[in-house]
Amino acid sequence: MPEQFKLILKHADSPGYTPDLECYARHGGYEALKKALATTARDLADGKKLSPQEVVREDVKASGLRGRGGAGFSAGLKWSFVDRRSGKPIYLICNADESEPGTFKDRQILHKDPHQLIEGMIISCWANDVKLAYIYIRGEMPHGARLLEKALAEAKAKGFLGKNILGTGYDLEIYVHRGAGAYICGEETGLIESLEGKRAYPRIKPPYFPAVLGLYMCPTIVNNVETLCHVKHIVTMGPAEYAKLGTPNNTGTRIVSLSGDVMKPGYFEVEVGKVTLGQLINDPNFGGGLRPGRSLKAVIPGGSSSKVLKAGEVFKLNRKGADGQMTKVDVPLLDLPYDFDSLQGAGTMSGSGAIIVMDDSRSMVDVLANLSEFYAHESCGQCTPCREGALWLAKGTHRLAHGEGRKQDADYLSHIAQNIQGRTICAFGEAASWPVLSFVKKFKDEFEAQGAADEAARGKAARPNQH
Amino acid sequence: MSNAATTAPAPAPAAPPPVEKIKIKVDGREVEVPKLLPNWQGKLEPTTMLQAVQLAGGEVPHYCYHPKLPVAGNCRMCLVEFGTPMMGPDRKPVLNEDGTPKIAKSVLPYEPQTPRGAIACATPISPGMELYPNSPATKQMREAVLESLLINHPLDCPICDQAGECKLQEYSVEHGQASSRFVEAKVHKPKAVDLGPRIVLDDERCVLCTRCIRFTKDIAGDDALGIVNRGSYNTIAAWKAGAFDNNYTLNTVDLCPVGALTSKDFRFKMRVWFLKETKSVCTSCGTGCNITIGSRESTIHRYEPRDNDAVNGPWMCDSGRLNYKWVAREDRLKEVLVRGAKAGWGTALKEISAKLATAPQGSVAVVASARQTTEELYLLKKLAAKFDALTDSVARNGEADKLLVSADRNPNRTGARLTGVASAELGLNLPRIAAGIANGSIKTLIVFGEDVTKHGLGGDLLAQLDTLIVSDILPNATTAIATYLLPGCAPAEKRGTFVNVKGRLQKLMQAVEPKGDARAEWEFLLELVPHVTGQSGFKSIEGLFNQMAQEVPAFAGLEWAKIGDTGVTVQI
Ligand SMILES: Cc1cc2nc3c(=O)[nH]c(=O)nc-3n(C[C@H](O)[C@H](O)[C@H](O)COP(=O)(O)O)c2cc1C
Ligand code: SF4
Ligand code: SF4
Ligand code: SF4
Ligand code: FES
Repeated sequence: MPEQFKLILKHADSPGYTPDLECYARHGGYEALKKALATTARDLADGKKLSPQEVVREDVKASGLRGRGGAGFSAGLKWSFVDRRSGKPIYLICNADESEPGTFKDRQILHKDPHQLIEGMIISCWANDVKLAYIYIRGEMPHGARLLEKALAEAKAKGFLGKNILGTGYDLEIYVHRGAGAYICGEETGLIESLEGKRAYPRIKPPYFPAVLGLYMCPTIVNNVETLCHVKHIVTMGPAEYAKLGTPNNTGTRIVSLSGDVMKPGYFEVEVGKVTLGQLINDPNFGGGLRPGRSLKAVIPGGSSSKVLKAGEVFKLNRKGADGQMTKVDVPLLDLPYDFDSLQGAGTMSGSGAIIVMDDSRSMVDVLANLSEFYAHESCGQCTPCREGALWLAKGTHRLAHGEGRKQDADYLSHIAQNIQGRTICAFGEAASWPVLSFVKKFKDEFEAQGAADEAARGKAARPNQH
Repeated sequence: MSNAATTAPAPAPAAPPPVEKIKIKVDGREVEVPKLLPNWQGKLEPTTMLQAVQLAGGEVPHYCYHPKLPVAGNCRMCLVEFGTPMMGPDRKPVLNEDGTPKIAKSVLPYEPQTPRGAIACATPISPGMELYPNSPATKQMREAVLESLLINHPLDCPICDQAGECKLQEYSVEHGQASSRFVEAKVHKPKAVDLGPRIVLDDERCVLCTRCIRFTKDIAGDDALGIVNRGSYNTIAAWKAGAFDNNYTLNTVDLCPVGALTSKDFRFKMRVWFLKETKSVCTSCGTGCNITIGSRESTIHRYEPRDNDAVNGPWMCDSGRLNYKWVAREDRLKEVLVRGAKAGWGTALKEISAKLATAPQGSVAVVASARQTTEELYLLKKLAAKFDALTDSVARNGEADKLLVSADRNPNRTGARLTGVASAELGLNLPRIAAGIANGSIKTLIVFGEDVTKHGLGGDLLAQLDTLIVSDILPNATTAIATYLLPGCAPAEKRGTFVNVKGRLQKLMQAVEPKGDARAEWEFLLELVPHVTGQSGFKSIEGLFNQMAQEVPAFAGLEWAKIGDTGVTVQI
């Protein structure tokens, strides 16, 4: 039977564990930092020499760690893009804005084990020559912010942070910045603007790639809370050992947030790709299945922005056979391994690791209307297609969900969404249009039936007293 | 902050360094464009798709992009389909069968059958790139953006002040769809918002391009404007009602691509297509911003800045822009008066000539105005030279700002100095002139365009003169006691040149007719001066300028016909 694999949450969830430094230290806290700081330079086969910091950066790359914030981008590769020749300071920002609907995993770390994040950050900062870092925490998590402030003070008092860390001469300050309550503040360039004290308007790329022109126009690394925690474990375990967790190209563990129509919603830490979507939904160790008498209708597999999957779908995925050859195999929805590549292969994404389950009691029209309202509310409004399109979608889906639909609304909504995706400043454009595109495509009958029913009802109502 | 006005045009270097070029294709046509081009601050940066298409003779429709503002990339109107040379695993270009490089069209990574556009205003070109600014995919993206902009727009063009100058109207005709699919309720936003003393905003017409915000923040250095609310409810606002009040607010009206920002001074007064446009120069300070005068019949309706990178870029200040109303003042001097009685020009000029013809050396003094044209100052200096007369003018100083306004509020102090009417410091001779009148050596005073009673030559002193010859535009204490009063012209009513504080010599063209019997000063001086000096004169401004150019060293080699619309820089 598949089980959780607790790496990040190993201690945090054990009884009696407290978020203070003393408890963290008792559980081996800050040993990874000491190990990292003691890294020695490495001679390469080609005669090149890696500095200790470069060694850790290479190890993170070799570990295969992919970002846990949404895009699943290689952390080591992201770090390698940082402009180290500009002469400007390099900043690191921990993205703790966690606002993707369905996602509640970063807050487990922030609330239960802030020192783990801080240790991961200090190592990441040291490895990237960062002297100043920020934790941008969602405004609605005041408790988390207070815990972080306290933890930072404790770490500083013990010499893990501040001037001359552990006598190595390395200085680092970390500040907590509380967001003011907008989903778009989680988009990394919107976050940077917000951190600079401005409206969280995402920046255009080119030219404002954070690795080159980030915070205060300096090279900047933005990583998710969970991603930064993994760095600590990569140092502790060594990249090769770490990479044995999970599956090739989908290494390590990740915390999955499971919600919706399951018996046991909650968060579960699993090895990436070692557990299937079906197991996460149905297994007693995880979701525990649907409520009695219900059948599965749809799954949103990676946060509200990911494309919905329909019960019964079968996907053609690339699989490496024993002979090393790639072949296409049929994989039914519930057999999809929960990892980055499989979900991408299924035309969606594992995003923020948030699975939202819908059973047959749900109206897809209502669900979409709810999602679209969220995106209309959260569009920052900077660029035309998303600003106008997100509200247009919300109004259209709302109309359809409230008895004023038309048969053509399914196509109408798809067309509007088509005109948003790929044409906007930030990936919010995709986030707002993908639910619509996928819902309407996969549940077109339901959308059209709703429109037709509304039309028929209106026709009836209109007939007696037509003018 | 940067603006063109602070960067004087560098003299053309003998051999400009070779410009590195990139070969690209625009709609299938190969073009070579510079690898780098000036950005909004004039700094060289990689050439953008939009610049490249423009260089290829095309156009990419845009709202938020403005060549003199930081790029925002928010309207998405400039999305253009493009392709780049395909690279093989060996990092070498993949070739077609005919040997030409294979082009990979840009597509959505998650939907490879759908083209992906790039915003031309912010995307740099690269060698071998192909741009398709007129492809079906580009047109579809453009139409979709326009459709989005229009769904919540009031579409009341007939009563909109921007009609005729509106980019939304224009692009909708060129690039839009005939009908909208939108069946939802429109978003309503504030109308007629009082942003500041000179600006009204209609938020429903606003397309949120942020040009006004960027100008105000990055050019005018004022944080007064911003956006409130979120998403489709985004609304441009001043941080406090009415707080949009720097001296450059009206530039946002020019920048606004739609009818959202309007000038309280101009709104609903006049349909723009009725206006005659005349190229001229603002004369409210020593900067000499280039302007276009919008007039109908003999009435001026507005000044607008006219692009000149050597002087004002595309901007001008509000005080200069609005300083035209006095031209239409009822109390303008419209009659020639001889000792208080209405007279004809012929009579007056003849009498003055006769008087001056017999005036002894040193018995005449001239106070000219540094608000007169260079030609007029030159003629007055010529006249003065005949009598070895003391000449001077009056200083007019204020505070300079960081953008355009010069501390020197005289538009032509440089001209006054170069023609010899005044020295570098204006007004030094005024006490000597006062003393000359007081001791009786100066019997005739010629005053142009200044109320000398405010500058040490009071009414009592002036009463001691035999003859006070005055030309002005508006009445004042000096004109009131003139022996001869010659009504002159506002700058918008005549031709001539001004030299700004940095030595830019620029032409004024005539927009409207003078009031009543008033005549351009240079015109009547051209009748008077030759009479008195005995030298033959010219009848035209061209001839006058060319003659002056031969005599005033700073203007050596210049000819009226060779001064372009944006002027020339002279050695000062
Ligand atoms: C609209 C939008 C919202 C986002 N919100 C979050 C968020 O709340 N937390 C987060 O870690 N990443 C969020 N991201 C992703 C970030 O932009 C960024 O990719 C991520 O923080 C990088 O961290 P990683 O590489 O460690 O995953 C969001 C992205 C978009 C487009
Ligand atoms: S895509 Fe949406 S959220 Fe992103 S910048 Fe544009 S309007 Fe803002
Ligand atoms: S008011 Fe005009 S210039 Fe300002 S954002 Fe709106 S449309 Fe653009
Ligand atoms: S800066 Fe001077 S010249 Fe320019 S518009 Fe203002 S007053 Fe006129
Ligand atoms: S002109 Fe607005 S995005 Fe390019």
